[in-house]
Amino acid sequence: MYEVKCDVAIIGGGPAGLSAAVAAKKEGAKDVLVIERDNSIGGILQQCIHPGFGLSYFKKELTGPEYAGRFAEEALNLGVDVLLNTMVLDFAPERKEIICASSENGMTKVTAKSIVLAMGCRERTRPNIQIPGTRPAGVYTAGSAQRLVNRQNTMVGKNVVILGSGDIGMIMARRMSLEGAKVLAVVEIMDYLAGLTRNKVQCLDDFGIPLKLGHTITRIVGNERVEGVYVAQVDENKKPIKETEEFIECDTLLLSVGLLPENELTRKAEISISRITNGPEVDQYMQTSSPGVFASGNVVHVNDLVDNVTVESMQAGKYAALYAMDKMPGEVREVTSLTGNNVRYLCPQRLRIGNEEKAKLFFRVLQPDANVRLVAKCGDEVIASVKEKRVNPGEICCIQIPMDKVGDDVLVEVVKEA
Amino acid sequence: MLKTDVVVIGGGAVGCGIARELSKYHINVIVVDKNEDIGGDASKSNSAIIHTGYDAAPGTLESELVVAANPMFPQLVKELQIPFEETGAILPAITEEQFMQLPAIKEKAFKNRVYDVEYLTKEQIIEMEPNINPEVKGGLYIPRESIIDPFIYVQALAENASENGVDFLLNTKVTDIRVENNQIKAVETTGETIETKYVINAAALYCDEIAAMVGKTDYKVVARRGQFYILDKNTSCKVKHIVLPIPTKITKGKLMCPTIHGNMLVGPTAEDLDNKTDKSVTTEGLESIVEDVKRLVPEVNIRDTITQYSGLRPNRNPEGLHIDVYDDVEGYINLSGIRSTGLTLSLSIGVYVAQLMKRQGAELIYREDFKNTREGIKVFHTMTVEEQEAVIAQNPKYGNIICRCETITEGEILAAIHRPIGARSVDAIKRRVRAGMGRCQGGFCGPKVIEILARELNIPIEDVNKNVTGSYMVLGKVK
Repeated sequence: MYEVKCDVAIIGGGPAGLSAAVAAKKEGAKDVLVIERDNSIGGILQQCIHPGFGLSYFKKELTGPEYAGRFAEEALNLGVDVLLNTMVLDFAPERKEIICASSENGMTKVTAKSIVLAMGCRERTRPNIQIPGTRPAGVYTAGSAQRLVNRQNTMVGKNVVILGSGDIGMIMARRMSLEGAKVLAVVEIMDYLAGLTRNKVQCLDDFGIPLKLGHTITRIVGNERVEGVYVAQVDENKKPIKETEEFIECDTLLLSVGLLPENELTRKAEISISRITNGPEVDQYMQTSSPGVFASGNVVHVNDLVDNVTVESMQAGKYAALYAMDKMPGEVREVTSLTGNNVRYLCPQRLRIGNEEKAKLFFRVLQPDANVRLVAKCGDEVIASVKEKRVNPGEICCIQIPMDKVGDDVLVEVVKEA
Repeated sequence: MLKTDVVVIGGGAVGCGIARELSKYHINVIVVDKNEDIGGDASKSNSAIIHTGYDAAPGTLESELVVAANPMFPQLVKELQIPFEETGAILPAITEEQFMQLPAIKEKAFKNRVYDVEYLTKEQIIEMEPNINPEVKGGLYIPRESIIDPFIYVQALAENASENGVDFLLNTKVTDIRVENNQIKAVETTGETIETKYVINAAALYCDEIAAMVGKTDYKVVARRGQFYILDKNTSCKVKHIVLPIPTKITKGKLMCPTIHGNMLVGPTAEDLDNKTDKSVTTEGLESIVEDVKRLVPEVNIRDTITQYSGLRPNRNPEGLHIDVYDDVEGYINLSGIRSTGLTLSLSIGVYVAQLMKRQGAELIYREDFKNTREGIKVFHTMTVEEQEAVIAQNPKYGNIICRCETITEGEILAAIHRPIGARSVDAIKRRVRAGMGRCQGGFCGPKVIEILARELNIPIEDVNKNVTGSYMVLGKVK
C-alpha cells in the first residue's frame, strides 16, 4: 500500500480545506497534505461562477473560482501537498490514520499528527422533503443542475420551477434565465426568504421571476420527464390549502431546500455530532470530541458566506498545526455554550478557557426579527452585547466574547432592543 | 423477420425466470420487453422478500409454486451471486385479539406444508427485536422468510439465460400475435416480427392486453398500488427480521424489514387504481404507512427516509393466480394474477411452464453444456483493503469513486454498462451497482453517470435517459 506521512492531513480541498491548509502552514506545520476527491481543488466554488464572494474577507467582490483560486494559489506557494482524485474511505481518529483510494496510487494510507475534516455538505433531496407525485426525469437539486450547467456545459431544461428560496436556488434561477430557460416561479414554504436578501434582488427581481412565499409544491406530474407541478398556498401549520392549488406546466424542477453537513466519516469514527447542526461538536479551536481531529466549514454547520468558512477554517488550520507541533494552549477548564431566546444553535458548542483573550460564537436565529440585541451572558452577567438592525435564519450572526469574563456556561440570546 | 421456438413476453422476474429455466434445454428463446431494461415493473418495486408461502390460500397453485420456490433460493443465490439473507420473519401479536389468531395462522402454514413456523413468547420477541412494541403479547417466527436484492436477482437470471443462448429484445413492444389453424405462428412487435411456436405471456400488468391479442378476454388486470419508504442505513431505529403485521380480513398490512444492503424498508399500501400507470406516491398513502407501522415498531423514524416509491401489483379480476393453456391456441401459455409472491415463485414457475410445454408436445432436451453459474460485478466497498488494492492494480478505474454515498467506483459502473444486457440508462446503472441509491439520491454522482453513459455508449448527452424513452436527463450542450 502507498504510504504518506505528514503533520496535518486535511480531508477536502474546498474553501474550508484550503484555508485550513494555508493557516496550518503559516503557523509553522511542516508537511501539510490536502486530500481531494475531485480532479481539481476549489470544491463547490468551482461551479459558483457568479460574483458575490469575498466582500467581507477581501473587501472585494470575487467570483467563486477567483475566491477559491486565491487560496489554492497561496496553499501551493506555501508548499502544501495535494492528493487529487483521492477518496477517503475511513480514518482512525486516535492513530490519525486515513485510508483512501485513487486510480493513480491505489489504496493509500496517510498517517498524520493532526487531522482537519473539511468535507463540506450536500443538498437535501426530493425524498428528504417527501414531495408527492411520480418520479420522472427532470427533478434536480439546484447544486447538481449548477454542476451540469457550469462545469459540464450541459443544459438541464427549458421551463423551470424552483422549490426553495435558498441561495443556490436563486442563483440558479438567474443562471437558467441567462442560458435562455424560462423560470416560471420560485416557491418557498416559509413566509420569509431562506437565502440572502441581496440574492433576491439580483437574481429574482432583476429578472422578473415571481417569488411565491408561503407556498409549496403538492405534486409532481409526468411519467418520463416532468410535465408540471401543482403549487398551493400553505396554512399556519405548513399544510397545503387544497383550494389554492394551481398547475404550472414545466419540464424541470430544481430544489433548493437546504444543505446537510456531510459527516459519514465523522460518524464512522464515532466523533460526537450535534443533532441540530448535523456536524461535529467543536470548541473554539474547531477541535472535535476526538483530540487532534479538527473540523471546519460546512461540515460543521452550513454557512451563509464562504468568508465565514474561511475565518473558522483558519482557526482550525492554526490549531491543527499547533496540535501537530505539541503546542496546544494549556487548558484550565471547559464550559458549554447554551442557546437562549431565538437562537437555533451555537458554534462552537464548547469553550476551553485557556490563555486566549476572546472567542467568536457563530449562530443562526430561529425567526426573522428587527432592531434586536445579541447578548452573551454568564449567569446574570452580560459579558458581550451587539446591536443588530435585522436578523434572519438565512444569515449567520456572530458575537465575540471576552474569555476572561467567562465564568460558567455562556448563554446567547437575541432580545428586542428596548 | 426473426425465427425462434419460444417468445417470452415480459422481462420481469417471471419472464426472466422462465427464460432461464428454458435455457437449460435445446430450444431457442427470445424475451421481449417494452422497457429499456430487463427487470420489469412490479419486479423492481416491491418489498424484496422471498416468501415461504405460509400464508397462501392452501391448495392453490400459488401456494404450490411459492412453497416449492423458497427452498430453491439458497442454492441459486450461490450459483448466480445474488445478495440474499435468510433473516426470518416475526409476526408479533400486539392485541389480545391478534394473539388469539396465532393458532389459525400456524394451522394455515401447516396446510401449506410450511412446517417450521414456531410460536414465540413476548420475552423471546423482545430479545430478538428490541424495537418491537413492548405491548406485544407473543407471536410467530417464520424462519425461511428471506430478503434479496430484487434487481440483481432478475439481472442474474437474465444474464445467465443470455449466456446460455437466450436473446433479449428491449425497447420492443408486442403489437399483435398471429395465430393460424389454432396454432401460434408469430409475434408482431414495434421492432421485427418474430416467427415462433410458443408464446409465454408474462406481461404482468399488461397480460390482459396480450391475452386479448389471441382472443382471450375472460379477465382484467387491475393495478393495485403499493407505496413504500426506504430509510437511511444510519436510521435510529432498525429491525433485524422481517416484521409482519397480523393480517386482517381486508389487507395483509404494512411491514418493516431490513433491505439486503442495510437500509430499512417500510410499507406497502394497497390501493386499487383505475389505470395502469400512476406510480405516484401520495401524502395520504405515506401517512397511512407511518400510522400502521408505528403499531409494530413505535420508534420507527420516518424522518430518516432517503426515498419513497410505489409499485403496481398486477391484480387479477376475477382474483387468483392462473396459468392457462387453450385448445384453440396451441403453443400459448397465459400467466395472470401473479402478485406479491411473484418474486418468489418466479423461480419455480419456469419448471411448471416447461412441463406444460412438454405436454403440448415440445421436445425439451437437456443441454449438457448448460452453465449454471454467473459471475456478479465485483463490489469494491465490501472488499478487504488488500482486495481493494489488488482490484485497483488490476483495473485502475476501481480507484475512482463515483458514488460517494454507497462508495461505488467507475470500474463497477463500466462493468454494468459492458456486461451482457448492459445498462443503457441512469436507473439501469443504479439497479446494477447502486450508484445513486444512497442518501444523496444521485445528487453528486448523477451528473458524472450521465457523462459516463454518453461516453461509453458513444451517444450525445441528450440521448441519455433516466429510464424509458422520453425520460431525457438533459437538453444538450449550453449555447
